[in-house]
Amino acid sequence: MLKVEETQPVEFSSALLAKFDEIVKRYPEGKQKSALLPLLHLVQAEYGWTSVPAMDKVAEFLKIQPIEVYEVASFYTMYFLQPKGKYVLEVCRTGPCCLVGAEKIMNHIEQKLGVKEGEVTADGLFSWRGVECLAACGFGPVLQIGPEYTFYENLTEQSVDQLIDDLKNKDLRQ
Amino acid sequence: MSDLVKVTIDGITVEVEPGTTILNAARQIGGDIVPPAMCYYSKLKGSGGKCRTCIVKVSKGSEKDPRPMPKLVASCRTTVMDGMEVLNITSPEVLEARAGVVEILLINHPLDCPVCDQAGECDLQNLGYEHGLQKTRYEFERRTFDRIDIGDKIQLHMNRCILCYRCVFTADQITDKRVHGILNRGDHSEISTYIQAAVDNDFSGNVIDVCPVGALTDKTFRFKNRVWFTKPVDAHRNCSHEKCNGKVTLWYKGDDVLRVTARKDQFGEVEEFICNECRFDRKKTSDWTLEHPTHISDTSVISSNHYETFKPLPVIKENLALQEANQRELEKTFKI
Amino acid sequence: MGRKLLLEHINVPGINTLAVYREKGGYRAVEKALKTLTPDDVVEEVKKSGLRGRGGAGFPTGMKWSFLAKPEGVPRYLVCNGDESEPGTFKDRYLMTHIPHALIEGMIVSSYALGANTSYIYVRGEMMPQIRILERAIEEAKAAGWLGKNILGTGYDLELYVQPGGGAYICGEETALLESLEGKRGNPRIKPPFPAIAGLYGCPTVVNNVESIAAVVPIVNDGGDEYAKIGIGRSTGTKLISASGNLVKPGVYEIELGIPVEEFIYSDEYCGGIANGKRLKATVAGGSSVPILPANLTLKYANGEPRLMSYESLSEGGFATGTMLGSGGFIAFDEDQCIVRNTWNFSRFYHHESCGQCSPCREGTGWMEKILHKIEHGHGTMEDIDLLWDVQRKIEGNTICPLGDAAAWPVASAIRHFRDEFEWHVKEPMKSQSTNYGLANYANPIEKKPEEVKES
Repeated sequence: MLKVEETQPVEFSSALLAKFDEIVKRYPEGKQKSALLPLLHLVQAEYGWTSVPAMDKVAEFLKIQPIEVYEVASFYTMYFLQPKGKYVLEVCRTGPCCLVGAEKIMNHIEQKLGVKEGEVTADGLFSWRGVECLAACGFGPVLQIGPEYTFYENLTEQSVDQLIDDLKNKDLRQ
Repeated sequence: MSDLVKVTIDGITVEVEPGTTILNAARQIGGDIVPPAMCYYSKLKGSGGKCRTCIVKVSKGSEKDPRPMPKLVASCRTTVMDGMEVLNITSPEVLEARAGVVEILLINHPLDCPVCDQAGECDLQNLGYEHGLQKTRYEFERRTFDRIDIGDKIQLHMNRCILCYRCVFTADQITDKRVHGILNRGDHSEISTYIQAAVDNDFSGNVIDVCPVGALTDKTFRFKNRVWFTKPVDAHRNCSHEKCNGKVTLWYKGDDVLRVTARKDQFGEVEEFICNECRFDRKKTSDWTLEHPTHISDTSVISSNHYETFKPLPVIKENLALQEANQRELEKTFKI
Repeated sequence: MGRKLLLEHINVPGINTLAVYREKGGYRAVEKALKTLTPDDVVEEVKKSGLRGRGGAGFPTGMKWSFLAKPEGVPRYLVCNGDESEPGTFKDRYLMTHIPHALIEGMIVSSYALGANTSYIYVRGEMMPQIRILERAIEEAKAAGWLGKNILGTGYDLELYVQPGGGAYICGEETALLESLEGKRGNPRIKPPFPAIAGLYGCPTVVNNVESIAAVVPIVNDGGDEYAKIGIGRSTGTKLISASGNLVKPGVYEIELGIPVEEFIYSDEYCGGIANGKRLKATVAGGSSVPILPANLTLKYANGEPRLMSYESLSEGGFATGTMLGSGGFIAFDEDQCIVRNTWNFSRFYHHESCGQCSPCREGTGWMEKILHKIEHGHGTMEDIDLLWDVQRKIEGNTICPLGDAAAWPVASAIRHFRDEFEWHVKEPMKSQSTNYGLANYANPIEKKPEEVKES
């Protein structure tokens, strides 16, 4: 059974709703459900995760049942149904990346951040998890960070340290 | 009629309407050659193709294109062609593959038949008897979920679910609003409402009847009795619900109606869906007009105590020693 | 140097922009097709080219196009499959990142050929940067009149949209992709009906891989016959190969189909040999789903003849001694890699990515992963190896979509060719945790010998 986080009701901004409207236009009349995946990406980019109230709002917008949104959001791995760190480091853990040291990188990240896979660091900044093939096997080990899924290739322990430090500093400056 | 198509299943030829599936053609023939179906449900559009227990071998595609099909096919979703030849129980390959599917369906299924309300009328139990191994080869921890109530009358034992999707189709097609569905994916998939919403509408109880296993059970019948100790009787009432015609089976223990279900046909499918009032709230004989004892197949354990007459095998009649050994049973026959 | 049809200008600065792409001859195919060819002419050229689907199945693209139903008054769709998720494959990402207009040009020409007025490029959600690149490129193309209403004054209209996925390997299967594009769970559909009859929104639809679509551009430019001259036998044209694993120069290479595998691995033009001076132990030649082969069978057939990079040559010997070209995801394993561990890793992948719709795949993939985990971690028995063989057999061929086969084949081939390494894990449980089995005899040169019999 999925754990459902308690959250406040959400109200989408008019800017977000304008983007929704734009996306729905891509599909034929009556096929607005097609917009579900892109809309959920926008919601997650806005809130950092995909909460039940947000999914209910999306259902309302697309004129579908909420369960249809839950079914979809829980099927695909990119939608976080629980809050995560501000930066989620997603490291490829599939065959080709493992041939060039992905497992070592994951262990290193675990130690560096001091949290287990899926957990959030105390400062709320970081989570990490292993994900399946990111289609960058020739540049492994690789990791990505949402919501724009920026890519970091040919990772070494040093480059991972650097990346994490940079993200920390970037956050301090903000 | 000339536009019928001819199909031969296990050597038995039948003429069916174009567009008929192999499974339905087999059902028209009837008997042992009918493939088992755990997910297909003729009354639910889009059902079938998922459980893979109904797989058969198409040894000849059609008269026009006699090539065999390269893989075993799901008979519930494969349309017959004129001149098609199909092997079901006459193909060792099919039986082996089916046994494989049964084994795989059982690896994460709890063997809690002794405490499961579905026991005795469970499609998976029947399949297990026919095709299953004596011992499981699966030595890992089984997948488990918490038992939850979806509404006050229906309990969901997700551990037992084989993800046939029938209850989802039922909610989509029979009720006005679906609040439960399939969440997650792969072997983490589960039937759920996600948030604790009750499945609550006039026809929700039908998900119990369509469930091939004990995943969705009637809470008003929970642990009341084993089905083979109850006596099913067909009955009807003048139901006020516009979509329900009040034709049901009452399951008696003594004078008490322990549960009410829709009537099922010889393939275990509901004949007509019934409303929740008939199912859950009408449990007095006085609510109903009784028709007759329900016909139960003599291969079902439900019939073992009841209506089908015990017919001594011919060999017993001719052998004194056997007659003595079967004395009690024979007496019972004479009484009836 | 082999001929380059797709990546010829990959290193030209600014080739991702319309201006530079156009300078290098881009959008000629659109002009030629829309102004001088009928849609059927384009289909005919593609048929003549012998182009085979580059997503993995290798089905002739022209034939797939000719199956498209054309009922009156019903829209038809072209959907480009950019869900690239097969472990070992990253060519589409490369193409979309660097030459997005090649894909857009291909989409315009192909949509024209199929009579589609709305087309979608479905790109896996993790490729958000590529989605942004494509969206920008589409804007550019639209502003320049290559998309939209009445393209080049020919009366042909086309709208092109990019659709993100949500993170699911299974959406690379064409009917799962269509489900996903309709905003649903990525459950593959039960076929028939095939998409050519009832695809997106129940309308006739063609789904093609990114590389297949891009390859239509040179086919239209130079003619199908010219394209068919490249390559070998029924493996015509060029193919993008994604090379990964323990290679000196991993990356994306465009090859003329038919070059020797040995040349691809060891020549400086391509992968430059095995990294760190090690020796080759095994390869997966076409993405994780295809059978793994030991080094010796990678380079040569069982009869000692050299193996080539082509659909036919890679599958020479069937599953007993061959593999498949698949999506062209070429993964090389050096002598220190553990085949059992890798098989477990792939198995976990398929378990994770199974949609869960049909029983053999949903339950069987997890079972295989658990057995492999047990063997890899030194707790396995000889019976486990046999059980594993049996479980994969029960999955293969008995599922709704090819993911079941894709999960079964790597396991079957690993046991078939590397059984002694599996047995070593059983016999030496402690040692297998700290060292690896090594090269053993997997690179032994093959001498001429009679065909092996396929294991049952």
